[in-house]
Amino acid sequence: MNIKTAKVGSNLIISLNGELDESVADFTRKNIDKFILSERFENVIFDMNGLSFMDSTGIGVLLGRYKLIKKLGGVAMIKGSNKQIDRVLTMSGIYTIMEKIS
Amino acid sequence: MENYFELKLKSISENEKFARNTVAGFLVPLDPTLSEIDDIKTAVSEAVTNCIVHGYEDVENGEIIIKVGIDGKRATITIIDNGVGIKDIEKALVPFYTTKPDSDRSGMGFTLMQSFMDEFEVYSEENKGTTIVMTKIIGNEGVHD
Repeated sequence: MNIKTAKVGSNLIISLNGELDESVADFTRKNIDKFILSERFENVIFDMNGLSFMDSTGIGVLLGRYKLIKKLGGVAMIKGSNKQIDRVLTMSGIYTIMEKIS
Repeated sequence: MENYFELKLKSISENEKFARNTVAGFLVPLDPTLSEIDDIKTAVSEAVTNCIVHGYEDVENGEIIIKVGIDGKRATITIIDNGVGIKDIEKALVPFYTTKPDSDRSGMGFTLMQSFMDEFEVYSEENKGTTIVMTKIIGNEGVHD
């Protein structure tokens, strides 16, 4: 798992690269939270373009980050999921709380 | 074609990727679509994660057994642990139900296995372990292409 971030104005883009499963869940959680907590962001966008696989452990990771971002007054969004990840996200209903953007 | 393999793995999350890729790789001769491969990889990943996170949570040196059988277009995947077992299977199958709500768990593992595979069964006994049997008919989707 490789995590890259970019600040664009008051927005934070978090790019996830690799495969998101239990083996990297803790690492992913901790690193994302560090960035989320570093400043107040209006929008936090999870860019999944570099992610080739994700299972329900990833849903848990995203849900936890969503709660934190919301608590801090920000909005969480998701972009660029491949077919496999998009199906997992759709089935989990996560798009009802985290908007899917292109 | 008839074929099978059996694999015994140490119950650590670092083995999840190997497990899902090995099962998917074994089924390549059946000429699955990319989406069928994704379904199988996701379901295997969910089942193996359950063994590690739930079955063997407090157990060191747990072992996971993965069996894959091919019978024509039918791929049957069996995933076995000798962990704590599931107290209430009915509850465990409910979408979003999790015994670990405080540790960012989605409660969607069984739901995804059921959705992505054609057949799904779970056998569990407390303090004995859990066995998941899942079947995927490869080439089902091709009919509609």
